[in-house]
Amino acid sequence: MNEISSKVLKGDSRSIARLITLSENNDPKAKMIMKDIHPYTGNAHVIGITGVMGSGKSTLISELSRAYREQGKTIGIIAIDPTSPFSGGALLGDRIRMMELTMDKGVFIRSLGTRGMLGGLASSVYDVVEIFDASGKDIIFVETVGVGQAEVDIIKIADTTLVIIVPGLGDSIQTLKAGIMEIADIYVVNKADRDGVEQTVAEVQSLVDIVCSDKERKTPIIQTISKESKGITELINEIEKHKNFLIETKELQKNRRVRYESELVEIIRKRLMNLIFDESKFKDKVELLINKISQKEIDPYSAADEIIGKILK
Amino acid sequence: MEHRIRVLVAKPGLDGHDRGAKIVARALRDAGMEVIYTGLHQTAEMIVESAIQEDVDVIGLSLLSGAHMTLFIDVADLLKKKKISDVIVIGGGIIPKKDVPKLKRAGISGVFGPGTPCEDIVDFIQKNVKR
Repeated sequence: MNEISSKVLKGDSRSIARLITLSENNDPKAKMIMKDIHPYTGNAHVIGITGVMGSGKSTLISELSRAYREQGKTIGIIAIDPTSPFSGGALLGDRIRMMELTMDKGVFIRSLGTRGMLGGLASSVYDVVEIFDASGKDIIFVETVGVGQAEVDIIKIADTTLVIIVPGLGDSIQTLKAGIMEIADIYVVNKADRDGVEQTVAEVQSLVDIVCSDKERKTPIIQTISKESKGITELINEIEKHKNFLIETKELQKNRRVRYESELVEIIRKRLMNLIFDESKFKDKVELLINKISQKEIDPYSAADEIIGKILK
Repeated sequence: MEHRIRVLVAKPGLDGHDRGAKIVARALRDAGMEVIYTGLHQTAEMIVESAIQEDVDVIGLSLLSGAHMTLFIDVADLLKKKKISDVIVIGGGIIPKKDVPKLKRAGISGVFGPGTPCEDIVDFIQKNVKR
């Protein structure tokens, strides 16, 4: 076994951090290590946190982490912020709200840029979940970018998905119906000291009544005020209840299968894109075809057929 | 495979003026780097621990209070103590010229005073990162 692999399995911070970098950079060394650690995964409970910008995701994670630490659980936090499509750079600012966790040896926080991935996640997020899991973390939080309506990929990776809503969005909850409002395992109405909280809870409740009318489990709604640590115990109870529900109904295995499926799709997607757009063998051909499309000498579908034909050869 | 330069931008100590740090953070982002901004009131221990978890290439410190001779050097010393040799430390803020040689000897490889164009900082990082 690779030296980094065994150090990661022992929970060594610097090895964990370095392996995440290798994975983010698509370094071939990462592949070998990920292979070593895969058998040691599957024990952590993965909690996805999603919601619009400014809904308080980072602060809520900080509060939940503190409560889980009191129970003696170890924690990995993946905090995702958008990569600029123009410069490729990113400003990752989620640590600011988690400052008090920095010196706790039982908490590891890693900030990731999306690096071209849509859907609210980062392209290395599957690897980072596996790395934290193999290193022995009991709970893994995945914080998505501040989402709009369609960034729902978090459900492919999380065992339990929390959708954070804040009062004051008013009727806009109606417009969210088709997007992120469908994916919650638990709704969190955060900043519940704000005006309009009753209306927000009522709106979410009416949505739950419709969506869950034929379901065994009705999605609970928990009110929290993160900055005053209110509602955190209730929220943790609901997360634990959901976890037990997943185990009893065997939904957990199904969820995990979905995760591995989407991880596999993501690995294949990355490799194929790399093969077509970065490797010199195809790159010139692709450039040429794009020029031809612009000049109307060929259509995009036929160009795609040509490229795929070349790969299959 | 591509390595994207990662930079931790931190404000050590009690100084609460972070506009400069935020402008530099933004400029580094626009130069294609990933910038982890940790906010105010960081201790040397917090800065180094965050740098380890985030696996950064650069630690950028900003200080306007005058405590740079203590706080910047604390960060550089802690890195040495932990045998972390592939991270460079740079600093900016109100730093008298006479302090610069001492800071450099202590391991702060780049020092940038008021009026430094952001491009100079970007250039320095690109030329000096160790991976």
